[in-house]
Amino acid sequence: MTKSAKSVAAKTRSPRTAKPSSKPAQPSVISAKDLSLTFQTDDGPVHALSNIDLDIGKGDFVSFIGPSGCGKTTLLRVIADLEQPTAGEISVNGMSPENARLARAYGYVFQAAALYPWRTIEKNVALPLEIMGYSADERKKRVARTLELVNLTGFEKKYPWQLSGGMQQRASIARALSFDADILLMDEPFGALDEIVRDHLNEQLLELWERTNKTICFVTHSIPEAVYLSTRIVVMSPRPGRVTDIIESTLPRERPLDIRESPEFLGIAHRVREGLRAGHSYDE
Amino acid sequence: MRWLTEGKTIPVLTIVVVIMIVWYVGAVFMNAPVQRDMNKRAKIEPTTAEFVEQTWNQPKPILPAPHQIAQNFWKATFGVKVTSRRSLVYDAGVTLSSTVLGFALGTVLGVLIAVGIVHLPTLERSFMPWIIASQTIPILAIAPMLIVVLAAIGVKGLIPKALISAYLSFFPVVVGMVKGLRSPDGLLLDLMRTYNAGRAVTFWKLRVPASLPFLFASMKIAIAASLVGAIVGELPTGARAGIGSKLLIGSYYGQTIQIWSALLMASLLATALIVIVGLSERLTLRNMGARP
Repeated sequence: MTKSAKSVAAKTRSPRTAKPSSKPAQPSVISAKDLSLTFQTDDGPVHALSNIDLDIGKGDFVSFIGPSGCGKTTLLRVIADLEQPTAGEISVNGMSPENARLARAYGYVFQAAALYPWRTIEKNVALPLEIMGYSADERKKRVARTLELVNLTGFEKKYPWQLSGGMQQRASIARALSFDADILLMDEPFGALDEIVRDHLNEQLLELWERTNKTICFVTHSIPEAVYLSTRIVVMSPRPGRVTDIIESTLPRERPLDIRESPEFLGIAHRVREGLRAGHSYDE
Repeated sequence: MRWLTEGKTIPVLTIVVVIMIVWYVGAVFMNAPVQRDMNKRAKIEPTTAEFVEQTWNQPKPILPAPHQIAQNFWKATFGVKVTSRRSLVYDAGVTLSSTVLGFALGTVLGVLIAVGIVHLPTLERSFMPWIIASQTIPILAIAPMLIVVLAAIGVKGLIPKALISAYLSFFPVVVGMVKGLRSPDGLLLDLMRTYNAGRAVTFWKLRVPASLPFLFASMKIAIAASLVGAIVGELPTGARAGIGSKLLIGSYYGQTIQIWSALLMASLLATALIVIVGLSERLTLRNMGARP
C-alpha cells in the first residue's frame, strides 16, 4: 500500500486533480475530422481508416482497441506522419502531422523495443538527443532523469541484449521521453511481454503519466489494459477501419492494480467488449 | 587435458596425419615410372625400401614429398638473406604489398559503390549488371590486357598488380555492404523518421554501424581474393619477384618443389591475412557490444 499512499500524496500536489472526466476542457492536442486512409493493393483498395472523427485533449490517456486489421496502428502512424491520409483532416498540436513531426512534438514507442544493439542503454536513450543537437551536459542530465523515470538507473552501461524484454521496452520508453515531447504515441508496447511484467509496466506507465502530464495515445488489443490505463477508450472495428465507440472512463485517476476487480472497472470493460462485438462480424 | 579432448586439436591433427599418409603413398606411385626409367638407364636394381626412398627424394619429382617441400621452404625462408632474390620472404613481401594495396583500393571502392547504390536507385539498375558481369570474366583474361594497357601509358610495377587485386576484391565488398547498409529494418528507419533525422544522420548513426558485421565478412573474402589477384597479376608481367613469378619460373624449369613451397607460402600468407581481418572484426564488434 506504500505505493498508492505515495501516489495519493503526489496527487494532492498535482494541479490536475479537478480534471473533468468527459469532454476535455483543455484545448485539443490531436483532432481528426472525417479522416480516411485507403491503401491501393493488387487485390483492390483496402480501407484501413474510414471517416474517423476524434478529439484528444491535453493530458488525456487515450487507448485504441480493436481486433487486428482495424486500423489502430495505422491511425497512430498517421498521427506520427509515418503514413499519409487519403482524405479528411488531422491536426497535431494545432499543425499538420508533418510539421508536428518536424517540430519533434511526439515520442513514439514501437511494438518492439527497437534499441540499437551496438549502443549501451544510456547511448540508446541519448540517440534522439544527439540527433536533435543537445549538448553533452544536457544529454547526460536528461538520460539520467528519464532512466530514473522508468526505473532503469544503474543499467546505463548495459547493452540491450543484457536486459530482459520488459527492461528493453522501458529503455525504449525512456528514449521516447528523453526529449520532452508533449505527446507519447505507443503502439502495443507491452504486447510481446508476459502478463506479470505487463501489469507491472502498466502501473509504472500510469505513474509516469501522472508525473509528466503527457498526452498518451496507446494502441492495445487487451481490454483490461485499455480500461486500466485510459481516460478514454476508442473502440475500433475492421473492414473498413472505423471508430465504433468512444468510452469516457469514470475511474478515478488514482488506480491501484486491484481496481480491476471493482464493479465500475468491470462495467467499463463490459462496454468495451460490447463495442468490439458490435463492430466485429465473426462470419468472415 | 580438456582442451585436447574437447577442442579441435585432435580432429585437426587426425586429418593432417591422414593427408600425410595419402601424400607419401601418392608420391611413391606418381614418381615410380620416372624412377624406374632412371634406374634402368643407370642399371641399378634397388630393393623395395630403397626404391621408395628414391621416389621421395627426386630433384624434380612429379609430386614432391612433404619433407622435400618443408626442406626447400625452410631453406628459402630462413636459409637466405631476406633481400636475396632466392628468398621466399622477399617474394612474399612483394606479393603482400600489392595484395594489401589492392585490398585497400578494392574495399574503399566497394564501400563507395555500395553507398551509392543504397542511396540512388538508378545507380543500382545501371551499375549492378556491370558489376556482376565484371566478375564473370576470367581474371586470367583481363590481367595481361590491363598490364599491357597500363604499361603503354607508363604505369608499371606495383600499381597494375594492385589494380588486379582491387578488381577481384571490390565485388564481395559491394555485395556485402549493400546488404549491410540495407539491413536496418523498417522499425529502426521509422524511428529515425520520428526524430526528423536526415539522410546523413540516418546513414552515420544507423546504416554504418549496422553494416559493420557485413563489412568484415566481406573483407575476409576480399583479402583472400586480393592475394589471388596479386599472384595472377605477377604471372603475365614477367615480374622478377613475387610468389607469382616464383610459380612461373618453377613451371618453366620443372622445379616442382619450388612451386609447392611457393604455394605453401601463399597459403600461409592468406591464412595470416584472414586471421588479421578476423581479429580486427572481433575487436571492433566487441567494442560495439556484441554478445560474446
